Amino acid sequence: MKKAKFKIWRGERGEGDFVEYDTNISEGMVVLDAVLQIQAEQANDLACRWNCKAGKCGSCSAEINGMPKLMCMTRLNSLPMDEPVTVEPMRAFPSIRDLTTDVSWNYRVKEKIKPFAPREPDAEDGTWRMDQKDVDRVQEFRKCIECFLCQDVCHVLRDHHQHDDFIGPRFLVYTAALEMHPLDTEDRLEALKDEANIGLCNITKCCTKVCPEHITITDNAIIPLKERVVDEYYDPVRKLLKIFRKKGK
Amino acid sequence: MAEHQTFEHDVIVIGAGGAGLRAAIEASAAGVSVGLICKSLLGKAHTVMAEGGMAAAIANVDERDNWKVHFSDTMRGGQYVNNWRMAELHAKEAPDRVRELEAWGAVFDRTKDGKILQRNFGGHKYPRLAHVGDRTGLEMIRTLQDHGIHQGIDVHMEVTVIALLKDGDRVSGALAYERERGRFKVFKAKAVVLATGGIGRAFKISSNSWEYTGDGHSLAYHAGAELQDMEFVQFHPTGMVYPPSVRGILVTEGVRGEGGILKNNQGKRFMFDDIPELYKDQTADNPEEGWKYTQGDKASRRPPELLTRDHVARCIVREIREGRGSPNGGVFLDIAWIKEKRGDAETHIKKKLPSMYHQFKELADIDITKEPMEVGPTTHYVMGGIRVDAESQMSTVAGLFAAGECAVGLHGANRLGGNSLSDLLVFGKRAGEHAATFAKKHGEVTVDEGQIASCTRAALLPFESGRTENPYEIQADLQEMMQDKVGIVRTEDEMLEAISGVAELRARAEKAGAPGNIEYNPGWHTALDLDNLLTVSEAIARSAVERKESRGAQFREDYPDKDPEMSKFNIVTRKLEDGSMEVVRRDIPEITPELSEIIKEMG
Repeated sequence: MKKAKFKIWRGERGEGDFVEYDTNISEGMVVLDAVLQIQAEQANDLACRWNCKAGKCGSCSAEINGMPKLMCMTRLNSLPMDEPVTVEPMRAFPSIRDLTTDVSWNYRVKEKIKPFAPREPDAEDGTWRMDQKDVDRVQEFRKCIECFLCQDVCHVLRDHHQHDDFIGPRFLVYTAALEMHPLDTEDRLEALKDEANIGLCNITKCCTKVCPEHITITDNAIIPLKERVVDEYYDPVRKLLKIFRKKGK
Repeated sequence: MAEHQTFEHDVIVIGAGGAGLRAAIEASAAGVSVGLICKSLLGKAHTVMAEGGMAAAIANVDERDNWKVHFSDTMRGGQYVNNWRMAELHAKEAPDRVRELEAWGAVFDRTKDGKILQRNFGGHKYPRLAHVGDRTGLEMIRTLQDHGIHQGIDVHMEVTVIALLKDGDRVSGALAYERERGRFKVFKAKAVVLATGGIGRAFKISSNSWEYTGDGHSLAYHAGAELQDMEFVQFHPTGMVYPPSVRGILVTEGVRGEGGILKNNQGKRFMFDDIPELYKDQTADNPEEGWKYTQGDKASRRPPELLTRDHVARCIVREIREGRGSPNGGVFLDIAWIKEKRGDAETHIKKKLPSMYHQFKELADIDITKEPMEVGPTTHYVMGGIRVDAESQMSTVAGLFAAGECAVGLHGANRLGGNSLSDLLVFGKRAGEHAATFAKKHGEVTVDEGQIASCTRAALLPFESGRTENPYEIQADLQEMMQDKVGIVRTEDEMLEAISGVAELRARAEKAGAPGNIEYNPGWHTALDLDNLLTVSEAIARSAVERKESRGAQFREDYPDKDPEMSKFNIVTRKLEDGSMEVVRRDIPEITPELSEIIKEMG
């Protein structure tokens, strides 16, 4: 059995420091295994979130050696084990205790986005027909496990703290899933422009890089939404048409 | 006395997985005020891990399917100790619950003509599982969550309930603590729905998360409700076995539904060796027929890999025990072989089983499109639970309802894959509806301040000095003992040892201590969960001793056969006044002639 060193951030409400722990590691272990082992053996009150331990629930988000990752999907053999592994909470959200952060802002943002509104059913029995190829596109977005790592790494939120102005990549993906849902009839473009402030995203693609579900956030969700907003509000021909339509009324 | 905040709702729902969310949505639609209490953050409950799909006889893929076939499959899978009325309601109502999910935004995989696609699963005669690749649970919980947040439900996240409050014989709410600050909260309510899921953390090898500590089972038991069928714990045949740190993580039955086969270390496809009499007529007798079935050939019968979970798990254990297991103590599950049959095997596997591909690639360095997986049984589900009325889901305590995994009846001695997600929706809806009706019909309740004071005092005991036992160690010792003595293969002697073992662990749990303070302190939370785990473990062991036969998920080495006499009753555990656990037999009511006829008709 090999020993390894972990430096885990311990503290409350942002006040704290790294504490070093030695623990035994074995083949195949992930960071979450090591953290739970340290919790069970040496630091019973070490606060962290986890549920499924299989990359499906998105609870154990943290920054490992400075990179936003799921602890349950980060194998120790993918890290340099000759130096301590640092584990710290996500930095874009207020610290609660140790590795836990207050992610409630995300839940409030989601509530403000207009919900799904389907068209009338296609068949008499109240069901709809959809093509698999149309479904594929939104299924990519619906894979999201709400780990909020994309929010954590987004500069608009992390560095510029524009939580009041910008909804972040997670909720642009959520909006894209609704907007591109084959059955949806709602219009969210105005909200994307004025409330979500989609223009604040400058397409650095950091969110895509950290997504544990490999969702092509920027290319497949954000850019098409940006294009729709531009088409609707900034296309000169359309603008002209709008003016005429208004006058005609 | 510790201070507490009080919240008042007409109905509170404890648990926010599929059943809890569905119940909350329904209760809210009935016009009552609803509080939804989640042990974790909203959307993280165990439902998220369900992979394969939800069973409903919508007959989109095979027009021969209907509720009668689904009903009969469920009863057969449960070895006829199911609550037949629940099995009937479930089979009849599941199709509407699936369609409703689509109306709320769920995006299922499609058939060529654009309808909801259905896949094959163990014990289901026809392809019946509506699914989204192998992440159906995520689709379901997210759909319910995203719909639910617009229904005026008050959501209380990261709040753990530690006691149900009573007003005379009637339930009047719950006492809980919030994880973040450690503060106590009292939820006063006219009706309470338990939707807390299962008990998988009582075992060492488990597909279940830290939350699955039998909270609802234990809360109901201590509040005077009856638990039933606790001997029936489902060991899913295919969990990961290697590397050691991932042992127990689920490998979906969908792998076998898509044509995956089980082989031992001699390369032999061993599932053909033992096909139970009850399933002989429905099972393929050669590999080619089995393959054709998985590819949609309606004239073929299903391969033996798709026999019920209890049987497949036992066959795997037999191979391992008799020395034919894989290097790391499992057997081989091979989906890569289908490249012999389909040119597009690699893309097909990645499309149908994306999260399995991802899981093995990242956690075990295995490419499932190229090599076989190593798998072995893992604790997955408890068929047993809180005894409820089939129509209303009300327990034996007035105003206390239960739905989903923590309730009992639908699955009998063994649950069919895919019948859980549909169970959550069908009975979650019913529980929510009837809880709202109960709340409207019955007047105000009062909460017992004395009970609150004594429960909060007890909950703070782990912080007292001199409590030297580590709660994590007690939990690990319990898991080890339950796995060894009340696991897949059981004997009376070992189970009696486990019952005394529970008593010893209980004595240790009374000395469990937590360092630090009450704010987000998992050591404290683990100490408080111990009573629930010990209570359900005792109920499992005592019920399993009482059932002196092998049936469904219960395999007794000392009683290896099924005993027809024992198909006439369920085993119930309840708390006596002196605090001890009583085990009683409850007769199964006689099935109606119509339903009995359906079972006969379906062969």
